[in-house]
Amino acid sequence: MTDEDVEMTQENVSSKRRLLTIATAGFGLAGATGLAVPFAGSLLPSERAKAAGAPVEVDISKLEPGQQVTVEWRGKPVWIIQRTPEVLEQLPGMVDRLIDPDSNSNQQPEYAQNPTRSIREDILVLVGICTHLGCSPQYHPEIGSVTFDDDWRGGFLCVCHGSKFDLAGRVYAGVPAPTNLEVPPHRYLDDGRILIGSDQGAA
Amino acid sequence: MKALMQWVDARFPVGNVVREHITEYYAPKNFNFWYFFGSLATLVLMLQIVTGILLAMNYKPDAELAFASVEYIMRDVWGGWFVRYMHSTGASMFFVVIYLHMFRALLYGSYRNPRELIWIIGMVIYMAMMVTAFLGYLLPWGQMSYWGAQVIVNLFETLPIIGGPLSEWIRGDYVISDITLNRFYALHYLVPFILAGLVFLHLVALHKAGSNNPDGIEIKKGPKGNRWSESAPKDGIPFHPYYTVKDLLGAVVFMAIFLAIVFFMPEMFGFFIEKPNFEPANPLKTPEHIAPVWYFTPYYAILRAIPSFAGTQVWGVLAMFISIALFFVLPWLDRSPVRSVRYKGPTTRLALGLFVVTFLVLGWLGIQAPTTNLTIMSQFFTLLYMLFFLLFPCFSSAGQPLPLFAKGLLAISVLSVLATIVYWWFLWSGGPSFTHKISYTVLSVLVLFMLGIKPLIMPEPAKPLPERLTQ
Repeated sequence: MTDEDVEMTQENVSSKRRLLTIATAGFGLAGATGLAVPFAGSLLPSERAKAAGAPVEVDISKLEPGQQVTVEWRGKPVWIIQRTPEVLEQLPGMVDRLIDPDSNSNQQPEYAQNPTRSIREDILVLVGICTHLGCSPQYHPEIGSVTFDDDWRGGFLCVCHGSKFDLAGRVYAGVPAPTNLEVPPHRYLDDGRILIGSDQGAA
Repeated sequence: MKALMQWVDARFPVGNVVREHITEYYAPKNFNFWYFFGSLATLVLMLQIVTGILLAMNYKPDAELAFASVEYIMRDVWGGWFVRYMHSTGASMFFVVIYLHMFRALLYGSYRNPRELIWIIGMVIYMAMMVTAFLGYLLPWGQMSYWGAQVIVNLFETLPIIGGPLSEWIRGDYVISDITLNRFYALHYLVPFILAGLVFLHLVALHKAGSNNPDGIEIKKGPKGNRWSESAPKDGIPFHPYYTVKDLLGAVVFMAIFLAIVFFMPEMFGFFIEKPNFEPANPLKTPEHIAPVWYFTPYYAILRAIPSFAGTQVWGVLAMFISIALFFVLPWLDRSPVRSVRYKGPTTRLALGLFVVTFLVLGWLGIQAPTTNLTIMSQFFTLLYMLFFLLFPCFSSAGQPLPLFAKGLLAISVLSVLATIVYWWFLWSGGPSFTHKISYTVLSVLVLFMLGIKPLIMPEPAKPLPERLTQ
């Protein structure tokens, strides 16, 4: 064999080897990616976590005007508040201090996209989780000057980051929360009972 | 004994490693007080790992059992209270030590060429610490644990499109639950070992470049020859015994303070262990006043200073991540011909001082309940925090012409100040009083002028620098 022959052979071998190396690495990478799917997937919500979301029935017949009750639905607090006529009267006057007074963002079922954000005018049902970072805001029904607002008309204050909502769960302008509080799907079984987590249409 | 050492050395280079990194590692001889904190951080990390493993032997990562198992450790396990308070105090003291360690780097320019990678690895360590601390804070399953985790995981939910699925993937549930607690426990056990690996990398990089010192002099470029070696830097002394003994003294004083806290004020007036955490987690009720542990509060203040805009609150989250990310590029923002603050001009000192004040004030603001006046204050100090980094090329330029990127950063600074002022005066309905607005407006413009404009129009006369101080 001449030197030239050796060189040729080595070139051939090395190009073949390079191809094989790339192919092996490629298959290895594909295998590793395939492996990552079940590994990462095992961290997703489990079937049990997905199943834990049954509707909750609440008796509201003993609710006093202005009173708030909190129930747990899907691990989250849900508030039911009976609003007084005075509160309902001043809701339209809030409009210029709110970001989304007409509830255009998708934070409520269709049947609650109205000025009071509720099915029954006086009963407010809200998921009590701030749309900013998930704290549970506090109910402040008092009207007048309070520590966090000089002209407070009643509503909710999130102490975590200072977001404010009115008594229809609508967010104030100039606070961290971007959208109104969520109204959960709910329906009335009769005058005194409400079912959280189930739509009006569904049986 | 000698034969045994030879036998080992032929198979594993123990002797070489010891010589290269300890007995014949020459560190600058002018280390001062600020150089204690690297070794103290290592000490605290080791303590955290040991106490953490001991706690893990009695702790139960289960939403029903976790809170009670911590009480069990406190009351019924022999020495359990001591191990737990060591661990909870250690978490806070780790951050105290690291913040001082980072401040040392800022003072003496330890992040600069050729030590950029040491600094960047250090920043990764800092972030890994924050992750560990956050994961660990959920474990006692108190009110603050629960709601703190709720807020932090929800940060990811603000990201467009992927936010929702990502936060569900992190929690493994739709809210913080037993599933979340279980996995946070597993990760809290894992991350410290990654942290230890990162510390190893930090030291490898440090020993490659060599330590910086308070004068910012490169001892390797200086004259050679000291009493131990002909070829070693004249200004270096062997790490052992000189700095091992120095660090040991530091460790003794530090442990005295550390144990005093463990024995006499483990809660540190609600700063190290927050009061609502003595109440078991209640998913239906957020505590009256919620704040993260003190070492996160500066970033927390930045997070809530930024209002929502265009229907999303992602801006606050972005600002918070940017405020941490800015540290990473610091080595390239510093344009000064010298490293140490000792030889930089008064403007750099002013900027550093302002930054320390800003960080502390933001830390204080992050603990307070939000009001309009405190919100504008947070916005002002968030602006100051950002300006420190954005204007760094300007106030460290010492009369040199600005490169293009620095001009860009200056332009961003001017725009940020203008945007903030416009927001305060015209876009914030129901905003703060006139007095607040005018004071913060004047102060913002003043800081912009002092740190950004003045160094350019009136450059500080360059000091005649000793030759060994220039890079």
